Amino acid sequence: MAIRNSLTGQFLRRSSVAGARLMSSSSSWFRSIEPAPKDPILGVTEAFLADQSPNKVNVGVGAYRDDHGKPVVLECVREAERRVAGSQFMEYLPMGGSIKMIEESLKLAFGDNSEFIKDKRIAAVQALSGTGACRLFAAFQQRFHPNTQIYIPVPTWANHHNIWRDAGVPMKTFRYYHPESRGLDFSGLMDDIKNAPDGSFFLLHACAHNPTGVDPSEEQWREISSQIKAKGHFPFFDMAYQGFASGDPERDAKAIKIFLEDGHLIGLAQSYAKNMGLYGQRAGSLSVLCEDEKQAVAVKSQLQLIARPMYSNPPLHGALIVSTVLGDPDLKKLWLKEVKVMADRIIGMRTTLRENLEKKGSTLPWQHITNQIGMFCYSGLTPEQVDRMTNEFHIYMTRNGRISMAGLNTGNVGYVADAIHEVTKSF
Amino acid sequence: MASSFLSAASHAVSPSCSLSTTHKGKPMLGGNTLRFHKGPNSFSSSRSRGRISMAVAVNVSRFEGIPMAPPDPILGVSEAFKADNSDVKLNLGVGAYRTEELQPYVLNVVKKAENLMLERGDNKEYLPIEGLAAFNKATAELLLGADNPAIKQQRVATVQGLSGTGSLRLGAALIERYFPGAKVLISAPTWGNHKNIFNDASVPWSEYRYYDPKTVGLDFEGMIEDIKSAPEGSFILLHGCAHNPTGIDPTPEQWEKIADLIEEKNHIPFFDVAYQGFASGSLDEDAASVRLFVARGIEVLVAQSYSKNLGLYAERIGAINVISSSPESAARVKSQLKRIARPMYSNPPVHGARIVADVVGNPVLFNEWKAEMEMMAGRIKNVRQQLYDSITSKDKSGKDWSFILKQIGMFSFTGLNKNQSDNMTNKWHVYMTKDGRISLAGLSLAKCEYLADAIIDSYHNVS
Repeated sequence: MAIRNSLTGQFLRRSSVAGARLMSSSSSWFRSIEPAPKDPILGVTEAFLADQSPNKVNVGVGAYRDDHGKPVVLECVREAERRVAGSQFMEYLPMGGSIKMIEESLKLAFGDNSEFIKDKRIAAVQALSGTGACRLFAAFQQRFHPNTQIYIPVPTWANHHNIWRDAGVPMKTFRYYHPESRGLDFSGLMDDIKNAPDGSFFLLHACAHNPTGVDPSEEQWREISSQIKAKGHFPFFDMAYQGFASGDPERDAKAIKIFLEDGHLIGLAQSYAKNMGLYGQRAGSLSVLCEDEKQAVAVKSQLQLIARPMYSNPPLHGALIVSTVLGDPDLKKLWLKEVKVMADRIIGMRTTLRENLEKKGSTLPWQHITNQIGMFCYSGLTPEQVDRMTNEFHIYMTRNGRISMAGLNTGNVGYVADAIHEVTKSF
Repeated sequence: MASSFLSAASHAVSPSCSLSTTHKGKPMLGGNTLRFHKGPNSFSSSRSRGRISMAVAVNVSRFEGIPMAPPDPILGVSEAFKADNSDVKLNLGVGAYRTEELQPYVLNVVKKAENLMLERGDNKEYLPIEGLAAFNKATAELLLGADNPAIKQQRVATVQGLSGTGSLRLGAALIERYFPGAKVLISAPTWGNHKNIFNDASVPWSEYRYYDPKTVGLDFEGMIEDIKSAPEGSFILLHGCAHNPTGIDPTPEQWEKIADLIEEKNHIPFFDVAYQGFASGSLDEDAASVRLFVARGIEVLVAQSYSKNLGLYAERIGAINVISSSPESAARVKSQLKRIARPMYSNPPVHGARIVADVVGNPVLFNEWKAEMEMMAGRIKNVRQQLYDSITSKDKSGKDWSFILKQIGMFSFTGLNKNQSDNMTNKWHVYMTKDGRISLAGLSLAKCEYLADAIIDSYHNVS
């Protein structure tokens, strides 16, 4: 009897690898699968770990470290964990995630008195940190606006390309970083926004751009918002560093506030990996601002329909920590204090690195080290200079010259400054 | 000033969605699309502040054409249950274990493992993309047995996934990418999300016969015929044990015949193992089907979940295993699974993985866990027996209800049709899904007689 209800899937993408062929049982089904390319950032850390030198420094690391180079668990997080331990059943969360965490996340991003929150005009779901939020939105864009493309800044976090590509959304780029000035290519950025087809989707880093550390100024954000509005583009914000960038969560969400004041409806990915140090707990959220409550309910239902075949519902533990910290006034106060300590330490390292370079007699301009913001510094080192940093000084960083300021501390910043000066000085 | 124009939303099928059918043949659309909406300010709120809008017409929002997604049928059952004020109401739609007092249950070993973590002061660093190494080792050994040659020869690629669903999705994405056009055969019926998972991964699927409504048992001959008729090299989705939603599993002899056929047709089995240890109370017994296939040298995919057997539901802990014929191809498969996971969520959640690694890796906790699983599985077996005894002592019609005892796991397919299931709800306040599935986890010994009355009434008095 024929297989009932047999169907062939439509619109299947052909892989570059030859499809499975008939083979004897002694052959492997997986013979034609090629190894995936090595992750460059992981490669840096692996090389660092394999290095025997006592002077080695890892400035490729993508997570915060204290002044002893150690991972940090915030005290407010420890306290929240003590409170939730044993007091929670591990029942499934709804597909949209923890309602309490979402409520607190929206207040953090949009303000306690946001009209959007009061009017219930935000479709919001818990997501697997920032990556999961971006992926949900990319899948949503693909499903409901299949003829649009996503404009991604040059450069951007490497995974952004993977996320939108795997979601099936065509990608284009817009100019962002200006290598000559090691700052923002504002005029190039504005031209690209102007020249994009009306109604395009634009990926914007809300603060602490990764990997460059270059952010628009407030005036520049206003002009960007105005131009995006004029073209009817949709702004999608990836906000992975709120509070962690400057030490002030409100200040770090300024760009979002500007866009809302201009009347934009935005999409927003939030992550608690950096600002709460919840890295491996995968706590994040995705919000889409809507015209009215009815629309928000419809959009949220479709986001949940995308999440269900991906992972059913999101993980509980990190969400419990976030909602406990942000929901308790004392813990929230402690969190704000602790996130400022992290931000201030990084800002201090930027200042010290620049001072050491200038003290060493380097004649090159290093203002960008202190102008940039957040965990990463686009140093301007060439790939060849990066190689020398690694081979001669055991300092590990990605070949684009990105330095993770989190990997610097009072014990090694002088050494790193010496090395940078050595590989950049002219003879 | 240029004028803008509005376009009507359409309901054409999105290119990304496959057309699929239920086993009743009704078409379902996976999503909707909008025509491209041109014009400035299409994302603006009509309540913008700070500026006086000079526009005459308010543009329609980019999201106006998005329809409400259909409500989840299983969640709907629980919501209706909550809204019911009856003292005798029963929630048999619940997909999670409950105690005899019908309360959620956190295993003692889980509480102990959590306390261990607090004492150790573990950090919160990112896991590798593939997950916690100690968890991956423990989960493969639990599934296959620590002495399994496939493990010793490093032929198992294990990647931590977001429970069973996330693991199935990773496997489905691997099929889409490296076996384009290959078909997946899914049992009729199966867990509802299986179809969503393969649809969203753009993998074509069809059904093979499984459940026989006449016997409320396995349609083994139909199953064999359909797997035999499938194109060579198809993926066959098999529930490792405790089939959801029917509770009907093949016997060991039948599993041997299924393995024979899969080898003969050069199909590849994709096991969904969501209930190991929870089904029968024995980890080894519940993993027997997977181990049989691996022992035969058949390459398999296996998705695992720790939602039920460790009660870690919301912690989202599972794994996708690919058991290959060579360690080299297993390593390549693992690298590609990581490549699929990275743009989905970057890396998996750490909390539940540590719990599993601590429980499975610690002999004392491991033995305590086995005892707790036996207790949970035992309670469900007792409930099955009590329900069967109650029904057979009350029903004088001579109908054979033995399928209740033959089924295994949390779920029981009662054989009730939609009207009969509605009667269970409307008249008896018993909440269950319309396919006649009841979750025995939501049943206590004390309620078995009441449920028996409801089933007998619905079966005999509603057509």
